[in-house]
Amino acid sequence: MRAAQPTPAVRAPRLGQGSSHRQQVPVSETVFSVRGLTKVYTTGELTVHALRGVDLEVCEREVVVLLGPSGSGKSTLLNIMGGLDRASSGRLLFRGSDLTALDDRGLTLFRRLHVGFVFQFYNLVPSLTAYENVALVTEIADDPMQPDEALALVGLEGRMSHFPAELSGGEQQRVAIARAIAKRPDVLLCDEPTGALDSKTGIRVIEALLRINSELGTTTLIITHNASIQGVADRVLNFADGQITRIVHNDQRRAAAELSW
Amino acid sequence: MRTLDRKLIRDLNRLWAQALAIAFVVAGGVATLVMAVGSHRSLSETRGAYYERYHFADVFAVVKRAPRTLIQSIAEIPGVAAVDARIAKLALLEIPGLREPATGQFISLTDIGEPVLNRLHLRVGRTPEPGKADEVVVSDSFARSHGFAPGAHFSAILNGRKRALTVVGTAFSPEFIFAVGPGDIMPDDHRFGIIWMSEKALANAYDLAGAFSAVNLKLLPGASEREVIQRLDALLDKYGGRAAFARKDQTSHAWLDHELDMLRNMSRTLPPIFLLVAAFLVNLTLNRLVALEREQIGLLKALGYDGLAIAAHYVKLVFAIVLVGIAIGIGAGNGLGAYITRLFGEFFRFPFLVFVQSPDLYLAAGTLSLLAAAVGAMRSIRDVLKLSPAVAMQPPTPPRFRHVLPPTLAVSHLLSQPTIIMLRNIAHHPIRAAFTTLGMALGTAILVVSLFTRGTMENLIDVTYFLADRQDATLSFVEKRSSNVVHDVARLPGVLAAEPYREVPVRIRKGSIERRIVISGRPHDADLKRIVDVNLTPVTLPESGLAISAWLAGILGVRRGDEVEIDLLEAQHRTLTLPVAALVEDYFGITGMVNDAALSRLMREGGAVTSVNVSLDQGSADRFYDAVKRMPTVAAIGLQRLSLANFRAIVALLINTMAGIYTGLAAVIAFGVVYNSARISLSERARELASLRVLGFTSGEVLRILLLELTILTLVAQPPGWLIGYGLAWIMKTQLAGEIMRVRLVVDQSTYVLASAIVLVAACLSALVVRRRVGQLDLVSVLKTRD
Repeated sequence: MRAAQPTPAVRAPRLGQGSSHRQQVPVSETVFSVRGLTKVYTTGELTVHALRGVDLEVCEREVVVLLGPSGSGKSTLLNIMGGLDRASSGRLLFRGSDLTALDDRGLTLFRRLHVGFVFQFYNLVPSLTAYENVALVTEIADDPMQPDEALALVGLEGRMSHFPAELSGGEQQRVAIARAIAKRPDVLLCDEPTGALDSKTGIRVIEALLRINSELGTTTLIITHNASIQGVADRVLNFADGQITRIVHNDQRRAAAELSW
Repeated sequence: MRTLDRKLIRDLNRLWAQALAIAFVVAGGVATLVMAVGSHRSLSETRGAYYERYHFADVFAVVKRAPRTLIQSIAEIPGVAAVDARIAKLALLEIPGLREPATGQFISLTDIGEPVLNRLHLRVGRTPEPGKADEVVVSDSFARSHGFAPGAHFSAILNGRKRALTVVGTAFSPEFIFAVGPGDIMPDDHRFGIIWMSEKALANAYDLAGAFSAVNLKLLPGASEREVIQRLDALLDKYGGRAAFARKDQTSHAWLDHELDMLRNMSRTLPPIFLLVAAFLVNLTLNRLVALEREQIGLLKALGYDGLAIAAHYVKLVFAIVLVGIAIGIGAGNGLGAYITRLFGEFFRFPFLVFVQSPDLYLAAGTLSLLAAAVGAMRSIRDVLKLSPAVAMQPPTPPRFRHVLPPTLAVSHLLSQPTIIMLRNIAHHPIRAAFTTLGMALGTAILVVSLFTRGTMENLIDVTYFLADRQDATLSFVEKRSSNVVHDVARLPGVLAAEPYREVPVRIRKGSIERRIVISGRPHDADLKRIVDVNLTPVTLPESGLAISAWLAGILGVRRGDEVEIDLLEAQHRTLTLPVAALVEDYFGITGMVNDAALSRLMREGGAVTSVNVSLDQGSADRFYDAVKRMPTVAAIGLQRLSLANFRAIVALLINTMAGIYTGLAAVIAFGVVYNSARISLSERARELASLRVLGFTSGEVLRILLLELTILTLVAQPPGWLIGYGLAWIMKTQLAGEIMRVRLVVDQSTYVLASAIVLVAACLSALVVRRRVGQLDLVSVLKTRD
């Protein structure tokens, strides 16, 4: 199905420009603006405060790493920023538009047009080949690249007709990245992209992410448990107990090849 | 092809075993409808075409002897379109190689041209040449039963004289589609046949030259049947006419009507039940199947697919499964329908069959199945779509289990951990467990309703043949005899006891409701042919008063002690009023019974007898048959032993075949349900079960957890299944009851046992499949993808 026209609330920031607009936007422009965001989960008699008031600005072309122990709230924040979940209170602006005001349909269009996701467990459709997993997204995106082009960007041009079960973990994750970037998203949200991978493979995946960031200018947020990855970021956010406890700015980003763990 | 459609095809490929099992459940429901309604329509159409092409009459009358000159007057009755006068006589037959005498219904064939009405369909040979006294055409089924071809010989005792006859042809007739001999319940091709003979020859044999003994009429459209019958009765009265009757009282037509009604009612009762059960089960199964796709639905949503596109994708998946089922169902239904049409067509002796296609049924059954499937799938999709994608992509949060019993009771110490897991799992999903149980109960129920005819038919046989009609043989006379004939019969070799029996046709009436029945007079101490009341107790008739079929009492709306009006239709055309003294439990036809002395008084005649019931010393049966063959006054002999064997054969042919087909379809549905329950449980709990394997449980122990639940749900489902099955059987019984035949609902224990056994076998087979799957559980792949 071809994408329907996005709602004005989300379309506005794009102002009818093609994908080339990113090169013309100054680096400092704010993509996300988060104010007092909270999230409370209630399951049965249990109430969990996953986010307890988060404030954050994320800028164009920025690479942000989110660090913190399990349950510290980083995944919840990423899910809400990506339109996968809703906040309980607070405001979340994407290029000036209020995401918290969008209904389900609005959030669907927001995800379809602006966001690419990379999950820890790849979440590939097992019955589709690498190429088809990417095509799943390009078929509904507005101005996507070709699936083979996206797969080439992550170095998988030779594995396109393989099913997920025939690929290694690192290859599967790179397919997931190709799937996420094929629509030329404004932001790439990665939840533990290397969590299930060994160090060598993990480094290749980080390499792929940084390459996308530099070549396409995609704003990238990466959740990780792995502190050694923080060197590749412009900014590192440390999470604990549903709040950002510390922000570190890296003056000099390290290249993926310099990482080890 | 779109990527999502590719996913669809590969998913179907992956799920093929389950998809096929679901498709078979759908097919079971659809096939039942297409088969039952289709075969009824085909047989109805065939009968209509047969009646039309062979000019089946509308009104029938029997007369002792009427001059042919009367035909003109009959033809002039307003509303009469055609008249066919003929000679019709019953006579004993001697067939080479057949020990017992057989009975022939002799019918005259006009010597010029074809009969005006009730024409013959000659299957082989030709009609007799005019005046050739030894040439006959015999009914095709009778000929087949005896291996008669043109040129075969047998003999008959016509008007007391034995004559050698030669078969020159075999034929079908719309008048004898359901040919039942005197004193019998079902057609017996071996012992009762229709014999057509040259009119001249038959007239000579019975001294009826220039006369007729039966007349059939075709009416003009819109003519008043009642009025024509009244005028015909008036014309025939002085020639010994017995009351004329319409098609609905013609034996063959009435039986055929009943059989077709039975098929129609069956098609309105069982298929909707099967279809609804199948739809419910498909709904349930697809609901769970789609629920398993939760994470993929969440992923598609995360990737930006909207709810409509996702729903459409899964609806396509379930439609693909259901459409396969519908296609199998229509194919199987048409095949089975054609088989049943042929089976009944053969039994009814139709010379040809008209097969009717029923696209409306395909549409109705298809739509219902698709709807049920779509609703089932949509319930799951809606539930998942309500979740945010972030939540949907996660495995469901560990459910909050509760103690089944208060922890303080410490019962759990007595149970093994696997048992506790199983019990908590049931307790935690009470609705799912209840629906699964209901699904299995419905599986058992449709098996009960498919199988119940066995016990019911045995009860019918017990009451009819062993409680009520206990005579060994019934001798029917050409015409009524004085009661002295009982002594003659009693002296025949081998006769242990003989009881007189007198039948009089009457109209019975209460208010505006009336029926044409036969009243039988019998001795008050009758011991062979007894009257059995609704409590299944033999009763003695009071001096005056009438016993009537309980079913007839229901039609007339009378109870014991109420009075009914009786029009005598033989000799004395009087109307009397009689009290109803007893209600009789009988299963065939509607009748009345009175004390024979009382009947003599009503008829104003000395003791008259139309037949005699005898009990026989079976060792002397041959001598008895020989003696009967020498009695010129005997027109027919009914033999209970052969009648019962014949009845059992017909029950085996028709009822057991139908029950077998329905049982098969029900078994397919039951298996589909149990198999899917087991398979889906395994998928839903694959991770949990694999974890247990990792912890060191053997695959046997893991299997036990899974199967224990299946076993408990299957066992719990049986009693409600029996109850629902009994209810459905009661509906069936009520739907199938009529004036011609009805049954008392008797569902014996073996029916319940068999129904449950089939479901349990299905459960065991499913368990075997699941065992293989548990053995194949990939511990690493199940566990590695999640924390």
